[in-house]
Amino acid sequence: MAETHNLQDLQHQAAVASKVYVQRDYNSGTICRFQTKFPSELESRVDRQQFEETIQTLNNLYAEAEKIGGKSYLEGCLACMTAYTIFLCMETHYEKVLKKIARFIKEQNEKIYAPLGLLLTDPIERGLRVVEITIFEDRSIGSGR
Amino acid sequence: MHLGLDEPMRECQYNQICTRNSSPMETSGHKKKRTPRRKWQIFPGRNRFYCNGRVMMARQTGVFYLTLVLIMVTSGLFFAFEWNNPPFQMVTELRFRQADGIYSTQSTVNLCCPFLASNLTPAIPVIGGVLFVFVLGMLFRASFSDPGVLPRATPDEAADLERQIDAANGPSGPGYRPPPRIREVVINGQTVKLKYCFTCKIFRPPRASHCSLCDNCVERFDHHCPWVGNCVGKRNYRFFYLFILSLSFLTVFIFAFVITHVILRSNRTGFLSALKDSPARYPFTGAECVLWSILGLSGFHTYLISSNQTTNEDIKGSWSTKRAKDNYNPYSYGNILTNCCAALCGPLPPSLIDRRGFIQPDTPQPVLHSNGSSMYTSTQLHTHMCDQEHCIQSTKLVLQAAATPLLHSDPVMMGGGGPPLPGKSSLGDPCASLAPSQPSLPSSMPGLGCAGDMLILRDPDTHCHHHHFVSPEETPSPGPMPLTLPCAAHMTHGGHINPAQLYGPASQDSLHEDSVRGLVKLSSV
Repeated sequence: MAETHNLQDLQHQAAVASKVYVQRDYNSGTICRFQTKFPSELESRVDRQQFEETIQTLNNLYAEAEKIGGKSYLEGCLACMTAYTIFLCMETHYEKVLKKIARFIKEQNEKIYAPLGLLLTDPIERGLRVVEITIFEDRSIGSGR
Repeated sequence: MHLGLDEPMRECQYNQICTRNSSPMETSGHKKKRTPRRKWQIFPGRNRFYCNGRVMMARQTGVFYLTLVLIMVTSGLFFAFEWNNPPFQMVTELRFRQADGIYSTQSTVNLCCPFLASNLTPAIPVIGGVLFVFVLGMLFRASFSDPGVLPRATPDEAADLERQIDAANGPSGPGYRPPPRIREVVINGQTVKLKYCFTCKIFRPPRASHCSLCDNCVERFDHHCPWVGNCVGKRNYRFFYLFILSLSFLTVFIFAFVITHVILRSNRTGFLSALKDSPARYPFTGAECVLWSILGLSGFHTYLISSNQTTNEDIKGSWSTKRAKDNYNPYSYGNILTNCCAALCGPLPPSLIDRRGFIQPDTPQPVLHSNGSSMYTSTQLHTHMCDQEHCIQSTKLVLQAAATPLLHSDPVMMGGGGPPLPGKSSLGDPCASLAPSQPSLPSSMPGLGCAGDMLILRDPDTHCHHHHFVSPEETPSPGPMPLTLPCAAHMTHGGHINPAQLYGPASQDSLHEDSVRGLVKLSSV
C-alpha cells in the first residue's frame, strides 16, 4: 500500500511523535462525515485553512459515495434483479468513490502533508471511525519545527 | 488488589504500541518464511470464517442449517409430489384434448377449477424454481456477508479517547453533565446518545449496537437472527428482508398448490381423507407451520422499512411518542417510498473489516478483548494476554463463589448505563415482539413467538443468548462483565474505582437481570 510505503520511508529518518485523531461528526445523521474542527496539536504544523479544506473535500467525497438518488436506485434495482450476482463483474459506486478517496489522500500526503512531517491515514483503514494524522519528529532533516 | 491491578493493566495496554513496533523486526523475518496471515485469522470477534475469509458467520450456526434443511425439504417434496401429480397432469391433458377437439371425462372434471385452467403448466414449476433459487440466494447472502461490523479501535485511538474522556471529566461541578462514557449529538433536532463500547473501545455511531453473541459492534444493528446464523445490520438487512419476503411468496405458492391438490382429490373422497392419504400432506404440513410466522415477520419488517426503524429501536420504543411528546425518528426521510428505496436500493457500503487483507507487520492491531478472543490472536500478543488470563481466572473464582447470592443481590452494572428496557418483553426472539406492537396482525401470530420460544427452551444455552438479542446494547458481551467485579478499575481505566460507575441507578433492573445471567453463565464455562 502506498501509505505504508510512505510510512516506512519516513520511519527511516523520523520517529512518530504523536497521532492526532479527527473524529466523526454525527450531527447530520449516520452519513460518513468528519469534524472540520482544527486540532490544536497541528497548530504549528499546517495551515488551518488547508487542513479544513482537505477534510471538507473528504466529506464531500463520502457524501457522493453515499448519495441516494437515481443512479444509486438504478444500481440497486439492477443488482436485485440479478440476485446481486452483477457485483461479481462490476464494482459498486461506493467502491469506486473509495478508490477516488484513496487517490486523493495519497496526493494530499505527497504534495502537502509529507513535506510538513505529517501523514494522513485513509479512514477506511480505521473502519471509517477517524482520520488519523501521524506527526513525525524529524531527526535527520530539521524541518517543520 | 483492584487498584494494584489497574495501573499495570493500563501500562500493559498503552505499552502495546512500543511492544509491537519493536517486534516487527523479529517477526518480519519469520513472516518472510511463513505464509502471510490474513486479517480474519486474528479477528477479535466471535465469528466463524470459511473459504479463507470470504464467508463470515456467527459462532452458532446450527439453526441456520435447520433453516436450510426446512426450505429444501419442503420445496423438494413440493416439486417431487406436485410435479407428477394431478394438477399438472390434468391441465396438460386438458390442453391436449383441446388441441384435438376431443374432451375426455377426466378433463371435464378439471374444467371446474378456474385458476388451474387458466394457468400455463410449465410456468408453475418454473416460477417455483425461480422463487426457490432466489430464496436460497438471499439466505446465503444474508448469512455469509459481513453485517456491518465496526472494527475495534487501535491502541492509539483507544488511548486518545481515554484522554479525551478524562479531560472531559476533569472539572467536576454542579449542573447536568452526561456520564463520561456518553456523548450527545443532535440529529435532525433529536438528541441522540452515543454510548462508549467497552469491548470495542469506541463511541458507537448512532443506530449501532454491540451484539453480545458475535462480540462485535454492528452498524445499524437490527437483531441477531439465529435462523440466518448471523447478525442483521446495515450491510445485509436488504438481503434478510428479501429473503423473508421471497420465502413468504414461496410458502404461499407451495401452500396454494398443495391445497389445490387436496381439493381436487377431495372431489372424489372427503377433504380430510384426501389430506390424510395424499403425499401432499408433507409439504402441506411444512408450509403451514412456517406460513403465518414468515408472513407476519415480512409484514413487521415491511413496517420497519417504511418507517426507517430497526427492530432494536422498535422494541426499545426509541422513537415512540409514548416516551416523549416531541419524539420522532430523525432518520426517517418522511416519505414511505423514500424510506423503502433507501433501505432496499440505497448504496451498498463496503465491509470495514477487510477480512481477506494481509496483516502488515507495522499495522496497529486492535485492542483485544480479554474474553475467548485469545484464540484468534497472533503470538505477538501473548504477553498481553497472560495478564488478562490471570484476571479472568481470578474473576471466575469470585463468580463461582458469588453466583448464587448474585441472583438476589442489588444491581451491579457497568459504567455508562442506558434507558431501562421494556423488561420481560425482551424474552424470546425479536419476532415475538410482533404481538405487542402489531395488534392488527393475524391472531395466529403468537405461533411465531411460540416457535421461537420452543427453540429457545430446547436449548438452555440458546435461551440465554436469545435473551440478549433484543437488548444487545444494554448487555455487552459476557466477556467484559466478569471484569466488572474485581477488575472494574480495568474497565474504567481510571486511577480509582468510582462507585457511581459500578452501582447504577435502580432503574437498571432489566440490565441487572441480563448482566447477572451473563455472569452466572460465564461462571459455568
